[in-house]
Amino acid sequence: MYTKDGENYFIVDGHVHLWDGSDDNCRNIHGHQFIECFYDYHRNLSPEEYVWDYRKFQRYSAEDFMHDLFDVGYADHAIHNSVYLWDFFHRGFARTEEAWQGVQQHPGKLTLNGTWDARDGEAGLEQLEKDAARFGLQGVKIYTAAWHGDSRGFKMSDPWAYRYLEKCRELGIKNIHVHKGPTLRPLDRDAFDVADIDHCASDFTDLNFIVEHVGLPRLEDFCWIAVQEPNVYGGLSVAMPFIHTRPRYFAQIIGELLYWLDENRLVFSSDYALWQPKWLIEKFVDFQIPEDMQSEYGVLTPDIKRKILGLNAAALYPTIKVPGELQLAEAVPV
Amino acid sequence: MTATSEQLTDTRLRDAVWAALARVVDPELDQPITDLGFVRLCEVRGGDVGVRLRLPTAFCAPNFAYLMTADAYEAVAGLPGVESVDVRLEDHHDAEQINAGVAAQAGFADTYATEANAELDELRRTFRRKAHTACLERACRRLLADGWQIEGLADLSLGDVPASPEQSGLLRRRADLGLSTSPDSLLLVDDEGNPVPAEQVSLRLRFAQAVRVSIDGNAHFCRGLLATRYRETEHPGEEDTP
Repeated sequence: MYTKDGENYFIVDGHVHLWDGSDDNCRNIHGHQFIECFYDYHRNLSPEEYVWDYRKFQRYSAEDFMHDLFDVGYADHAIHNSVYLWDFFHRGFARTEEAWQGVQQHPGKLTLNGTWDARDGEAGLEQLEKDAARFGLQGVKIYTAAWHGDSRGFKMSDPWAYRYLEKCRELGIKNIHVHKGPTLRPLDRDAFDVADIDHCASDFTDLNFIVEHVGLPRLEDFCWIAVQEPNVYGGLSVAMPFIHTRPRYFAQIIGELLYWLDENRLVFSSDYALWQPKWLIEKFVDFQIPEDMQSEYGVLTPDIKRKILGLNAAALYPTIKVPGELQLAEAVPV
Repeated sequence: MTATSEQLTDTRLRDAVWAALARVVDPELDQPITDLGFVRLCEVRGGDVGVRLRLPTAFCAPNFAYLMTADAYEAVAGLPGVESVDVRLEDHHDAEQINAGVAAQAGFADTYATEANAELDELRRTFRRKAHTACLERACRRLLADGWQIEGLADLSLGDVPASPEQSGLLRRRADLGLSTSPDSLLLVDDEGNPVPAEQVSLRLRFAQAVRVSIDGNAHFCRGLLATRYRETEHPGEEDTP
């Protein structure tokens, strides 16, 4: 929980990682380039006092993870999203076993999301069943740009992706977090295009599709789809840190999102360890749309901030229990 | 010390090469690669030109990386006085493949024979449409600030936009799309040149604003990441346009 100016905020960090980008885990130059690219994001958009040294950024401890999220990061709950990138990392990028230990050691604090890759065929479907049983999966994180042999990615509208979505439906996995990345086959198409989400969201209306980093760099396409598909949500990872480096620009992003979607479908996330949640949350609670933009975008009320910072994510994950006094005033049953 | 005539020629040709590179835009960001800091090196010796390009991350989309490298090659190769061109992309996961394809003028589909189905014309056109949409919104925003009412915009001509960066930006994007740039042509047209009906103007401009915010945001990211990657001061970009 975070408290400021007499207002309390229940915090769910909707997208965090426990990763291993250390040299000995990198399978090839692409693994090195991948973690270096992450580090550039981290260095470029973090306040100076929050910048880690590269070695720590490559592989931080599980204690750092818990400390940064919960002791100083205000989180009441955090959702760990697993990304493996097997073609880049020997042991996989996500440290799922350690994250799973964290889930068990800190009941009620962490949710572990699984993953699938539409190119893994029947074997992948079986693995998903096993993972769902073992981890009690409520959500998955899909990285459509992962390399896989000769392939540079897949679309959420591919027939095999639909097989996996059907499996999710069958297993009660309701939350599909989708991350659009830069390489996707065929390469003559726009890899960041979010149009495939439009298809699967219309065909699986009982599932929730959380588009990570709100479709950036295709914010407008994301907004257009989300207007039409009520089960499409925006994860604010990557958009959040602009609040520090370019606050006026952040105001425009959040303003556009609130205009096209609504305040119930935006989910805060730090994308830890890309960025530390502590400063993101502090700055977001302090943040207001600049006066000269308010005629266009309105203002961010404490209730809007409460929804974005935690209540919206808690609504997607029913195991996250929000204490009555931290609900919105009107939402408390009388 | 006086410059030799050879040096002068080199300087003049170098200026011409730089000007040619300045006409190459990053299709996603709709800004010149020279302004974005993507040209690391531009070297002229006699008629031999060497250009080195770099991007904000090793994972920048290979299709856009290919377009910029190929466009840079073509822009330079077409200049009078140029005898050989060596344009190379550096520090990119697909640099080798892209450089070989561009040097051989193989085209995108051949360069990525197993991974691409077509050339990049449609991709390029998609982003020219976005650029036009964003520039049209900037021009309309200016008109509204000057006192025009949104209801009246559908009747305005291109000539009603005062001479300004917004006007020149819009003219260039219209030309890119093959739309009329004549002052008496309608201002508010879609990507095919069809008039936007008055009742749709408001929604269309609202969406155009989201397009503009998206492109600008992407540019902020790319400039920042490039500066961080190469430990430089950020290349100055266009002002934030609220």
